[in-house]
Amino acid sequence: MKQKEIAALLDEPACAHNHKHKSGCARPKPGATAGGCAFDGAQIALLPIGDVAHLVHGSIACAGNSWDNRGARSSGPSLYRVGMTTDLTEQDVIMGRGEKRLFHGIRQAIDAHRPAAVFVYNTCVPALTGEDVAAVCREAERRWSIPVVLVDAASFYGSKNLGNRIAGETMVREVCGTREPDPLPPGIERPGFKVHDICLVGEYNIAGELWHMLPLFDELGLRVLCALSGDARFREVQTMHRSEANMMVCSKAMINVARRLEEAFATPWFEGSFYGIADCSAALRDFARLIDDPDLHQRTEALIAREEATAAAALAPWRARLAGRRVLLYTGGVKSWSVISALQDLGMTVVATGTRKSTEEDKARIRALMGEDAVMLEEGNPRTLIDLVNTHRVDVLIAGGRNLYTALKARIPFLDINQEREFGYAGYAGMVELARQLCLTVESPIWDAVRQPPPWSGTSAEPPRPLQEVARHG
Amino acid sequence: MAEIRKRNKALAVNPLKASSTLGAALAFLGLDRAIPMLHGSQGCTAFGKVFLVRHFREPIPLQTTAIDQVSAIMGGDEQLVEGLCTLCAKSAPALIGIPTTGLVETQGADVERGIRTFRAAHPEHADTAVVAVATPDYCGSLESGYAAAVRALIDALVPSGEPRRAARRSRRVNVLAGAHLTPGDLEHLKTLIAAFELEALVLPDLSGSLDGHLPTADYSALTTGGTPIGAFAELGGAAATLVIGDALGEAADLLAERTGVPDHRFTHLLGIEAVDQLMLTLSAIAERPVPAAIERQREQLQDAMLDSHFMLGMTRVAIAADPDLLVGWTELLAGVGAETVAAVAPSNAPVLARARCAEVRIGDLEDLERQAGAAHAELLVANAHGVQSAARLGIPLLRAGFPQFDRLGGFRRTWIGYQGTRDTLFELANLLLELERGEIHPYRSRLKQWPEHERTAA
Repeated sequence: MKQKEIAALLDEPACAHNHKHKSGCARPKPGATAGGCAFDGAQIALLPIGDVAHLVHGSIACAGNSWDNRGARSSGPSLYRVGMTTDLTEQDVIMGRGEKRLFHGIRQAIDAHRPAAVFVYNTCVPALTGEDVAAVCREAERRWSIPVVLVDAASFYGSKNLGNRIAGETMVREVCGTREPDPLPPGIERPGFKVHDICLVGEYNIAGELWHMLPLFDELGLRVLCALSGDARFREVQTMHRSEANMMVCSKAMINVARRLEEAFATPWFEGSFYGIADCSAALRDFARLIDDPDLHQRTEALIAREEATAAAALAPWRARLAGRRVLLYTGGVKSWSVISALQDLGMTVVATGTRKSTEEDKARIRALMGEDAVMLEEGNPRTLIDLVNTHRVDVLIAGGRNLYTALKARIPFLDINQEREFGYAGYAGMVELARQLCLTVESPIWDAVRQPPPWSGTSAEPPRPLQEVARHG
Repeated sequence: MAEIRKRNKALAVNPLKASSTLGAALAFLGLDRAIPMLHGSQGCTAFGKVFLVRHFREPIPLQTTAIDQVSAIMGGDEQLVEGLCTLCAKSAPALIGIPTTGLVETQGADVERGIRTFRAAHPEHADTAVVAVATPDYCGSLESGYAAAVRALIDALVPSGEPRRAARRSRRVNVLAGAHLTPGDLEHLKTLIAAFELEALVLPDLSGSLDGHLPTADYSALTTGGTPIGAFAELGGAAATLVIGDALGEAADLLAERTGVPDHRFTHLLGIEAVDQLMLTLSAIAERPVPAAIERQREQLQDAMLDSHFMLGMTRVAIAADPDLLVGWTELLAGVGAETVAAVAPSNAPVLARARCAEVRIGDLEDLERQAGAAHAELLVANAHGVQSAARLGIPLLRAGFPQFDRLGGFRRTWIGYQGTRDTLFELANLLLELERGEIHPYRSRLKQWPEHERTAA
């Protein structure tokens, strides 16, 4: 990929980071860099498309160390969980045989799995040696009449965020608009009940949490043409251009998709979240607002009233146990504010939140939720997090899985909010799961046991008994 | 003698291989107050970190030189120097390991030159050892990268010069520990050595750093245990060196050349035969008889072999693992009458010829699955990625090797010695018992006089 194209992707007019001096897309610092690369971002963004063969073109580290390590769930195909890579050898690199291996690799994937499409992810080594991967993909597509899409996102192009955008850009450019949506099944629409098509951008169905929301959309008569990319199929991505309203879910990373779809097909969009009661209801209302249908509006309000009442009843016992507990939230971007409202719904106090990836707009929302003197963490290295936990008497740290064992070493209760987690927190039902998981860690009896010094150590209140005495009593 | 079948397809499907870069990082993590910094783009490190964090369930110190678009083309020396400076300034590590990646090896980066530049420009960081190792991920696998790093450590840190005559009266034994030994294995090995009134110096010592302990300090940017860097200068004073793993052959050659300490080499320590050899060796080095407590463990293993042979005999097993571990498993199984009907290693190594099976395929988990299916394997031994294959084959999985991300404690279970072998045999037998092999399924006779409520099912 050319520097110019990368610059164009980084210069995202709809992204608020663009309006201020760069706070989120700075160059990585050697020796002090965390987080994934462009390839990682691209793969994460597209991997949940279940019926596609995801083929990583490169040496083993890219796929070998990362395949099948995400929590995205599928209701059908499991092809996305099959790791495929050309696993380039030294001979391939030196003799320039990578292109040939890729070509045969694509055929092998097609022969073995009959995928709906093949996505070829380019990586550092072939990008550096200058293979014409695009030409290989074109030829393979021509030869076997199956879409072969190149996702050109070598790690050194940039950050994970850039990779998300490359992935989104590739979908909009190569896949969206290549098929018309299926006709609606008969007997669903009736007078006064018209079905509308929508898309969710940046929803990955982690732990199946999309399935908390889908029954509600069905009930409202909102057909999700495609969730990009949670539990998606290739044929769904093809129809995204026919959506009447798009929601960008919890992530600036794929903002370019929402904006490009608006430019190309005039699809209105909004940014929202399914975390927390208030945000769930707001998201449903936003759809009703963008789609001009008075009956949908009414249906939405009725459904919200019902769901909020149900959730309130289900949460009441948990609220009593969590009220007043103090939380330190350290997560990126939109989640920094969307989860705050979810936690406040539970009566908890959020003492500080991470804003490393947040935009000015995100921060304004945070201030609105937490007050003007909200503690915002620009940089959250483990030391800072632990110190904050101590100074603010925090009861539970909520952060991504990479901080999990750091927190446990510091004997801090922890809740995992990122992609590798095993529980779904989205939707009204997800809130109850969130409350349950929070109670589970906060109320666990282990914390006293791990925080106390051993009974015989000098710091304990009672001096240790002599050994013989212990033996006699034992 | 197993026949080696090399890779013959374009794609690796469900890869078995973890990169050699990652293996090198793992070896460096077995040293005290150390941090590996992968010389490559940031993704190499991010993936490696997640891989190791999920396997060990520990925070893993791992950094990157963060090669970007510009340094990919113009050279990454500056990134390397900046990265070294950053790490030194931040946490003054005892050692920074620099495994290279496919990216910088393809560039043709001269890492040693980068380190020399760093040394010249930053004498204030002279206390931090820096050891680089060439581990492009398109060569070898975790095991070979790990071995290359151990060799690089010896090369950089063991003083050369007159090889000293072995200190025959010393009670110290060096242990070069292979990538197939878990922290639990190393702990057990140290206990066994101590039972002979010998003192073990393990290199690298993952049981000191990644054994899953809760330190008093709440945070460390470096490893919190493992082989101290100062120990390398002491290796020459040992009575003998134990080398566990054929992959470490070159490292062992170099150590012997530098120190003159005689070594004793083992491929693995699984199964009664291998452990017997270890006991004989230790007894000779220590000039002590095998302690009674260890004899007792041996008797327990013998009893376990008796008890489990009913289930294990003639059992058909499929195995996927790095070469040394794979050979160990085939020998362990052969020793109890089980048969390895499918064997896959991620990369080739001379030791594979010794595997106790007809052929070893260099390949991936797809190969394993196919071969296991064709050969009617009844049990799979593989890393946690084998779960899907095992489910499709409808047979149980015993997790061994890297990574094991879906179980607690897998990273540190003890496989070696009489005790480890005993427990492994019990577990294998229990997995097979659950299959209810040979169970006679109910037969529904048409003639039997079924009660009314059971008839519909007939």
